[in-house]
Amino acid sequence: MNSNVVLEVRNAVKSYGFVTALGGVDLTLHKGEILALLGDNGAGKTTLVRAISGVMQLDEGDIHLAGEKLVLSSAGDARRAGIETVFQNLAVLDNLDVSSNFYIGREKTWPSWMGPFGFLNKAREATGWVGAANNLGIKALNPGQEIGLMSGGQRQAVAVARAVAFASKVVILDEPTAALGVRESAQVLRLIKSLPERGVSVILISHNMDHVVQVADRAVVMRQGRIAGSAVPKKESIPELIGMIMGAT
Amino acid sequence: MSSTNTDSVAGAANAQATTVELDSSEALKAPGIRLGLRILRTGPAVILIALIIIMSFLNEYFLTVRNLQNLLTQTTMIATLALGQLLVIIVRGVDVSVGSVLGLTVVLSGLMMDSGIENGPLHVVVFLSVGALFGLFNGFMIVKGGIPQPLIVTVATLGIGRGMALLLSGGTEHIGMAPLVQGAGNGSIAGIPVPAILVAFVTLVLAVLTLRTLWGRWIYAVGGNPDVAGWLGVPRDRVIMSCYMLSGVTAGIAGLIYAGRTDAASPLAGVGMELDAVTAVIIGGASLFGGRGHIVNALIGALIIGVIRNGLNLMSVSPFWEAIAIGTSILLALELDVLRRYFEEKLRARAARAMR
Repeated sequence: MNSNVVLEVRNAVKSYGFVTALGGVDLTLHKGEILALLGDNGAGKTTLVRAISGVMQLDEGDIHLAGEKLVLSSAGDARRAGIETVFQNLAVLDNLDVSSNFYIGREKTWPSWMGPFGFLNKAREATGWVGAANNLGIKALNPGQEIGLMSGGQRQAVAVARAVAFASKVVILDEPTAALGVRESAQVLRLIKSLPERGVSVILISHNMDHVVQVADRAVVMRQGRIAGSAVPKKESIPELIGMIMGAT
Repeated sequence: MSSTNTDSVAGAANAQATTVELDSSEALKAPGIRLGLRILRTGPAVILIALIIIMSFLNEYFLTVRNLQNLLTQTTMIATLALGQLLVIIVRGVDVSVGSVLGLTVVLSGLMMDSGIENGPLHVVVFLSVGALFGLFNGFMIVKGGIPQPLIVTVATLGIGRGMALLLSGGTEHIGMAPLVQGAGNGSIAGIPVPAILVAFVTLVLAVLTLRTLWGRWIYAVGGNPDVAGWLGVPRDRVIMSCYMLSGVTAGIAGLIYAGRTDAASPLAGVGMELDAVTAVIIGGASLFGGRGHIVNALIGALIIGVIRNGLNLMSVSPFWEAIAIGTSILLALELDVLRRYFEEKLRARAARAMR
């Protein structure tokens, strides 16, 4: 196998009753690559991404990360393997503050032998969040601010920052700019573009062709649970890509 | 491991050219809404103080040491139950079985006395562990038993618990409890009733657990959105079960106080108290939608009920009015929760508009 390949999905099959969501999908993601996953609603993008992020299990087929077969029975397994995901509507906890959302699932307690009944260090978490936000080049929102009182863009910024800051191999973003204004989108796109420098690869689901052209190295189109084709996203290739999405070619 | 990960972001991401303004300070400059929200969030304490002032004007006996001691001891059982109830309500549940659990623990302590076991600490262990087991059973049925309607599950165990108490006791009351149990319900240290000290202790422990530990963050996370919390690595099922278990433990502690205060083991102990506990939590500003509520406010909610009851008693108002007054305050508290959500929605809309 090519050592340049970080993630490989082989013959992924998933059905819900009589509906085939994935009908044998192969997907390869290279190291430092930004791959756009395109397709109409119901094409199977989200199902595929859910399987890779451990939220859902495949009926058939397997997933390899850096040459090793992955057994994912939960989102936690994927995260420990170095795969971070930002889900469309399931990104943040509205009733928690910014830094709690940033660290959720990764908290450290003291004394450590007390496990979950040990104490949290809010001050250190706040500094950690501000530091990470600065490093990523986004404005550090007040760590103690309840996230439910913020705009969709601000909430998304925290979710994306969390994925980007903690991923070691792959970041999956499901419509990361869908709820965002122009400036906020530009912010998130810049974050995405900076990932390859860290050796992190990206799978980006987006309906916004301009965004895809701006950041993606390669675009793979899915239709009816299968791969319909792929192309290098350029301004000129947009009609071709849209054709593949619609099934016109 | 996570911290090294965060640190490594520093070197790699040199995308610091221009920092897009994502600050919320401008957007959140809506003084009216903010003030409204702040009042709603400190609401219960304000209401309690107002009630105390009103009652002390209406009745000269209200602020006497003796009456306050009375009020405190009367309120301790509801308060204890409310503290556990709050945890369950934070994780979007409810536990209406606590009155029966209280009764069951009391009856078991009475049966121990019947068989000549008067070892105080052993009684305390029974109160706590039976409560914990019963609560754990509730949680298990809701989470693992796949019955996601906590109200129905705990209504069922409410019946089962009471039935067990009646069966085991044969429907009769045992008189005379172990000295330690009596002390827990009736004693006082430096003029402060022991049950009040117990409640203060439980409040302190739960306040630290909910506000300072990871487990505390977990329960709010699960209450905020169980699915998101689960996907982000919170052990959702175990968190929910732990809350029901602790609700059972508080029912056991309330049973201990009840047995001590009455110096008897009645199979009818605690009948109807579950409703007071839920009421106290709601009046204390917790949200039935989950994810919101403060331990100290649950205690304040219980005190509000206590003050209303005690005050109306002193003025010899018919107890029927008392029920109406408390019912009205539940509706009021629920409406205030709706209002709070409305204000929050407004703030969010403002923040969003400011970004466009």
